[in-house]
Amino acid sequence: MTTPSETDPVLEVEDLFVSFQGRVGLGAGLAGKKGTTAKAVDGVDLELRRGEVLALAGESGCGKTTLARTIMGLERPQQGEIRFEGEPLGKSSKILREYRRRVQIVFQDPTAALNPRQTIYESVAEGLRIHGITSQDGLPEEKLVARALARSGLRPPERFFLVYPHELSGGQRQRVVIAGALVLEPEIIVADEPVSSLDASVRGEILKLLLGLRDDFGIAMLVVTHDLGLAWTIADRVAVMYLGRIVEIGPTEEVLTKPLHPYTKALLEVVPEAGGLSRPVLSGEPPDPTRIPEGCRFHPRCPEVVSGAAASAGVEGRCRGEDLGLIELTPEHLAACHLAAARRRDVVPSTMT
Amino acid sequence: MSVLSVRDLEVTYRTQAGPIPAVRGVSLDIATGEVLGLAGESGCGKSSIVNAILRLVPPGTTVTGEVLLNGENVLTMKPGRLRAVRWTQASVVFQGAMHALNPVQRIGDQLAEAIVIHGQSRQREALVRAGELLDQVGLPPRRLRDYPHELSGGQKQRVMIAMALACSPSLIIADEPTTALDVMVQAQVLSLLNELQHELGLAMLFITHDLSVLVEISGRLAIMYAGKIVEQGPSVSVFEKPAHPYTEALAAAFPAIGDQRFRKAPSGLGGDPPQPDAVPTGCSFHPRCPYAFDACASTVPDLYASGEGRRSACLLVPKGELIAR
Repeated sequence: MTTPSETDPVLEVEDLFVSFQGRVGLGAGLAGKKGTTAKAVDGVDLELRRGEVLALAGESGCGKTTLARTIMGLERPQQGEIRFEGEPLGKSSKILREYRRRVQIVFQDPTAALNPRQTIYESVAEGLRIHGITSQDGLPEEKLVARALARSGLRPPERFFLVYPHELSGGQRQRVVIAGALVLEPEIIVADEPVSSLDASVRGEILKLLLGLRDDFGIAMLVVTHDLGLAWTIADRVAVMYLGRIVEIGPTEEVLTKPLHPYTKALLEVVPEAGGLSRPVLSGEPPDPTRIPEGCRFHPRCPEVVSGAAASAGVEGRCRGEDLGLIELTPEHLAACHLAAARRRDVVPSTMT
Repeated sequence: MSVLSVRDLEVTYRTQAGPIPAVRGVSLDIATGEVLGLAGESGCGKSSIVNAILRLVPPGTTVTGEVLLNGENVLTMKPGRLRAVRWTQASVVFQGAMHALNPVQRIGDQLAEAIVIHGQSRQREALVRAGELLDQVGLPPRRLRDYPHELSGGQKQRVMIAMALACSPSLIIADEPTTALDVMVQAQVLSLLNELQHELGLAMLFITHDLSVLVEISGRLAIMYAGKIVEQGPSVSVFEKPAHPYTEALAAAFPAIGDQRFRKAPSGLGGDPPQPDAVPTGCSFHPRCPYAFDACASTVPDLYASGEGRRSACLLVPKGELIAR
């Protein structure tokens, strides 16, 4: 397997908690009532290695976007630490400023991300100006913008300088957004559903571009997506999130072809495939982060609990009552599941499907 | 007999910049109990077909050809007849159900309204029927008293499906019904539609850009590009052995997990789908086609027979060369 040359993390997230306080009406507020708290990120540990593509997958409301936004410094965590190249953020504004240049985000909808009244040149150069960069590698601003556009596949770049976003196609706009990130020569790009607003035939090209940036410039990527097929086509590792927690993480081939957590299995189950309708194994709506269940947070929907598999393995009581973190079950492959852990302890490899 | 039979449909919008042909000669048939999947990207004309079938196009739009709904041409119907046919013979489940419901009216009243307006029954019986409909789509009838904001996205889409079933139509048009939904909920809604379609023997036109969803739910597929159908045939065979390069590219955009051909190898097409007002000459796909040869720029391909029950609008087919995959 081709893993990136270095495995030391460029970004570490430790014990991160982010919650949002709900609002109540004036009367209720005067009566001393408080809104419910939504725990969007509820204890996440994660590391992004140098030059790797890590996919963060899960249903909407699982906290994946909040996690990405917190990593970008767009949300304030209640607890926990984010370290960039070993340095904790938030200690000094200088570190934060530097961090904001070296970690860039690509949003889902390029049409919303670009200012419609700014030319492409202005949009791409904006980051340079904010960070006070007038030249780099001996190149003036104009050359830097041109280089970033060319690297994003908009060639010849000069042709796009004076163009407005509405004159471009969706795919081209997303390339402009990527150029705006690239111009600052980041170490990390966080991409939140980078292709889900694009046409199907255009998606592959944008994904190719992102993979190329990793290969050519060693940029590490955190790709937030609900699409496991996308993870399969570009990611080195996959992390699956459920109700604010990462419940399974490991190399893409392991997680997607030999999943350990019942939630990951359920997600894979509903990926549409040729030859008949797959049964949705989970009933009910996406879970509610204002009411996180006791014990394993997945147990009320868990097919293993419903089918009695957890009971016959003697772990049902723990599923219902004991919260758990990630356990390394095979090298590099971690899951937060009492049943998978029990099966591992029994060392019966045939049950490890 | 076909429930829906569309012949040489052309839809041309009138704009300030001149006429824009959105649909350029489309024919399709759907029999009772059959699901036809219509795939294509934004701007390919698939939603224009939906609008033309129920004559929901804006004034000034030119629609030519024939749309036969249970043998009657919708395009020449008198307004009264048209109103009677809409919803009782053909209904639509639109994309973004969340925005289609009236936020200040109870679910039950909205369902009943559809029934009463179409003269199926009076208010009281209509509410009873609304309860049955909710039950049919897997919601408890007590939900009749809920307002839309009390329902989740998936539940709202279920209500929209109930509404489409309200007047027992023979054809349901599902226009991207699961696009705005979450993966798990999407699977639930698809399986519901599939069950209802079998149970009620409905004909269904299912429209989406997601080819993998279509292959699951529909027996036959039609692929659209730039206002025309470029390939059609049995779903699984079209998806697994495309005879048109565009279908091949579209299928590759939804890779199967575990398929090593796609591992770390995203594939896509260069360029963008054409704007409806600037469709390339010859085969409209030729500027993006990896297999294009000289004749493609000048010859407009017909839908050539390309296998069992299949047709493909690619000049490679009459040459006897099939695309490699």
